[in-house]
Amino acid sequence: MNHLLTTQDLDRDQLTMLLDTADGMVSLLERDIAKAPTLRGKTVATMFFEPSTRTKLSFDKAAKALSADVMSFTASSSSLSKGESLKDTVLTVQALGVDLMVVRHGATGAPWRVAEWVDVPVVNAGDGAHQHPTQALLDSLTLRQHFGTLDGVKIGIVGDIRHSRVARSNVFAFATLGADITLIAPPTLLPVANSEWPVRTTSELDDALTGLDAVYLLRVQSERGGASVFPSLGEYRARFGLTAERFKRLKPDAVVLHPGPMIRGVEIDAVVADDPRALVLDQVTNGVAARMAVLYHLLGGEADV
Amino acid sequence: MSRTIFRNGTVLTAEGPVNADVEVAEGAVVAIGAVASVGDDVRELDCDGLWVGPGFVDIHTHLREPGHEYKEDTESASRVAAAGGYTSIVAMPNTDPVIDSGHLVRYTIERGREVGLLEVASAGCVTAGRAGEKLAHLDDLWAAGVRMFTDDGDVVADAGLLRRAMEYLAQLGGVVAQHAIDPGLARGGHMHEGPVASGLGMYAIPSAAETVVVARDIELVRLTGCNYHVQHISAAPTVELVAAAKQEGLPVTAEVTPHHLAFTDGDVGATDPAFKMMPPLRSEADRTALVAGLKSGVIDVVATDHAPHADHEKDVPFEHAPNGVIGLEWAAAVVNDRVGLDPVRFFEAMSVKPAAIARIAGQGHWLAAGAPANVTVFDPNGITEVQHSRSKSRNAPYFGRQYAGAVTYTMYAGAMTYEESGVLV
Repeated sequence: MNHLLTTQDLDRDQLTMLLDTADGMVSLLERDIAKAPTLRGKTVATMFFEPSTRTKLSFDKAAKALSADVMSFTASSSSLSKGESLKDTVLTVQALGVDLMVVRHGATGAPWRVAEWVDVPVVNAGDGAHQHPTQALLDSLTLRQHFGTLDGVKIGIVGDIRHSRVARSNVFAFATLGADITLIAPPTLLPVANSEWPVRTTSELDDALTGLDAVYLLRVQSERGGASVFPSLGEYRARFGLTAERFKRLKPDAVVLHPGPMIRGVEIDAVVADDPRALVLDQVTNGVAARMAVLYHLLGGEADV
Repeated sequence: MSRTIFRNGTVLTAEGPVNADVEVAEGAVVAIGAVASVGDDVRELDCDGLWVGPGFVDIHTHLREPGHEYKEDTESASRVAAAGGYTSIVAMPNTDPVIDSGHLVRYTIERGREVGLLEVASAGCVTAGRAGEKLAHLDDLWAAGVRMFTDDGDVVADAGLLRRAMEYLAQLGGVVAQHAIDPGLARGGHMHEGPVASGLGMYAIPSAAETVVVARDIELVRLTGCNYHVQHISAAPTVELVAAAKQEGLPVTAEVTPHHLAFTDGDVGATDPAFKMMPPLRSEADRTALVAGLKSGVIDVVATDHAPHADHEKDVPFEHAPNGVIGLEWAAAVVNDRVGLDPVRFFEAMSVKPAAIARIAGQGHWLAAGAPANVTVFDPNGITEVQHSRSKSRNAPYFGRQYAGAVTYTMYAGAMTYEESGVLV
């Protein structure tokens, strides 16, 4: 592959190879000197046209752990505020000399546009509500570590699926890896016209809860849309929050994931977030390994992933 | 005396198609039949196998003049339109300033005359400043020659305001052309609401955004009796609404664009802004209904919604790109290729009915001795390869594609404005 833009065009072999590489990166990160010279001399540009904390830090860490140089860019400090176009911005950064671009953008498809304009590999770090493929890799990695496989694992994704790039990335990656997926949300947050998605959908969390091996909670994104999509945060929590009471009704070996940032008291109770069966911090650590695997395959490793 | 003879074509007359010669002199058709080859200043054009009919009329063109001449202007648009077989266009009023009073109408028409390649008519706004709050200077616009009233680019959302405009225009005899998209249902949307948008996570516009406006407006037609025209119809249920209104005898008409006949939301998959317009490309079922509607006549006419935008405006992520595509040059070929109308219905949809809806007196006449010499010759078996445009802009989904059918000659007021080998004027 030349770019990593979406999980939708990754087959099972490609996903498995990336996850296998990521497993190796997890081991590397556990060493005393958690750094390899693999990408020495390569420059990675992280270009975030939309705010991000963990994803940007994670890519920075991943690139540095493989000894690549990192150039960072955030929209608020850029010439974009002076009216420069996205195209001119990325061409300028390319002209500075980079070997790979990591792009996050609020507009669906923006990384595809960038990939048309530049000659280096592009990694989609999130475009609109569309795709966030490295998130899907780190989540798949986390689940595979825990269950050994995703085949037959029953995963419930709960929350604002309609406006979630995390959900879109995960649905296709999890399904390709053999998981059984249920989307759980109020009707206004389920994706419209989803009959081609490899999922079941329901608005009854309490009915679905007891059959799940993993509950994947999404943040309630109050900044998305602006339109009123559910009556109130209180009503959302009452029907769709993973409360302490609901947590008790999960299978004893079921786990909880969340891409962060978590809003405690809305989609997840604090006591659940702090439980060892909440794998949230494992996800963060695995994010570095998963991104190392992506950089490795796009820049250094065997040509074809 | 200079004469032109279109030899041996399929000639579109009020009595139907006939195989004949068409002789033109001094700006008028002088004879249809077997025309003798006499005199020295005669140009004879072999039209064997070609359709010879009235010049096309586009009732939905964005000239971009005044205000946005970097995208297009009257001269460039006229050349584009002539190459597409058009002898008249109706300029949309969403210019800068907007055309909401008479002097701007006179400017637009005068610019068309200066260029002289076709007849430019001007639409006028329904509401002052196109702001949707109070009526535009409807009498002033009417006196300057406006017959089609529209806030195109925006819907007239306020039903009470639209009702008053329709009451007023019903008396004058004008037509309200509605950009039928409910702003609440469309809010924030960039493409058709369906599986493709859902997969892309793109904010989307359901077909209902169109149907709720048209259904409401048909009620207002019942109330006021005003002529009502649905611009760029996009959804199958809207076609049914228009069919029912016609069945009832209401003065309701509709147009469809070439791009809605040719493409669907599936083509938007790669988020190429060349496929972004309003209303959006909808599903294959919708496209099929539009094709059927145009064939049956429920959808009266083809209108291009030729909407130029500069490269730098479209060379951005899909969501940030402005709406609209160009299409005047290739509209006839796209329609011929994707719909396949017989010659009568073809010229009806491209010329006769558009002129009637927009009430352009000198246009859209079936060919007859004495008719104005606005003539387009179309080769239904020709090939249009879309590789470049005469427009100042290039925002179109057609590039690199090929369509069956080609405009061979365009004649406006007796003068040749386009030949397939190149623009003459």
